Amino acid sequence: MIAALANPHRFMGFSRWAAPFLGVVALLLIAPGLWFGFAAPPDYQQGTTVRIMFIHVPAAETSMFAYACLGGASFFSLVFRHALADAAARAAAPLGAAFTVLALVTGSLWGRPMWGAWWVWDARLTSVLVLLLLFLGYMALRSAIDDEAKAARAAAILALVGLINLPIIKFSVDWWNSLHQGESIFRPGGPTIAPVFLLPLALMSFGYLAAFGALWIARTRGEIWRRRAQVAAVRAASA
Amino acid sequence: MNLADKYAAFVWPAYGVSALVFAWMVIDTLLRSARWRRQAERLEKDERP
Repeated sequence: MIAALANPHRFMGFSRWAAPFLGVVALLLIAPGLWFGFAAPPDYQQGTTVRIMFIHVPAAETSMFAYACLGGASFFSLVFRHALADAAARAAAPLGAAFTVLALVTGSLWGRPMWGAWWVWDARLTSVLVLLLLFLGYMALRSAIDDEAKAARAAAILALVGLINLPIIKFSVDWWNSLHQGESIFRPGGPTIAPVFLLPLALMSFGYLAAFGALWIARTRGEIWRRRAQVAAVRAASA
Repeated sequence: MNLADKYAAFVWPAYGVSALVFAWMVIDTLLRSARWRRQAERLEKDERP
């Protein structure tokens, strides 16, 4: 499947329906997710701030997923010099940065009433801030180098090095003493969250992932159009 | 569903920021894509004899 889609022409055909399809799936998941989220009772400890969980956790998961996509696409771009992989990597970065900002801002708005602080230099928070800096660094590096091929290589290396941050984020709450709560979903023995909260959380999580998928595909299409325009402009100038 | 309790000042801004960022992602993605598509199609059309 990936090999078939590596052809930009085939990708454009596939993405023409895949992006809107995933967008509709995202809407169909997020709408009931919001409904069940606001219908859920207040948590016995956290009160109504538990509703921030339904947007904070999906944003954090999606930001990590976006970075994994950026890393994967960068690997294919660097090793196989594949233009479509490079376009996909470039398209993933601003979306990943946006989801990371969402995770940090909503986390801060949750932390203030629960911890009494907007921000603490905790391992989980700091490693997510590093994730944001990696996304921003990737975009800055790409725009700082005029030669697109050199920029793509340098940025791909940065993206691959940054992959080490993903397990650090995931296990930060286990490896260090952290104010941030520990793993409560993907843990041995099953989730510790009550089903009334787990349902909207699951709907929102899959909805955010579908939204990222739709936007990533649409942005990759835009990046392909940009490259086609560049090639046509160069041909026109040299004619 | 209590929408105005003591935590409303934290819950609503969190949802508001999320809505804004989502709106930015969708609008920016669609506008960029449409702009580059228009430009590519215009340049490619000009090339044709």
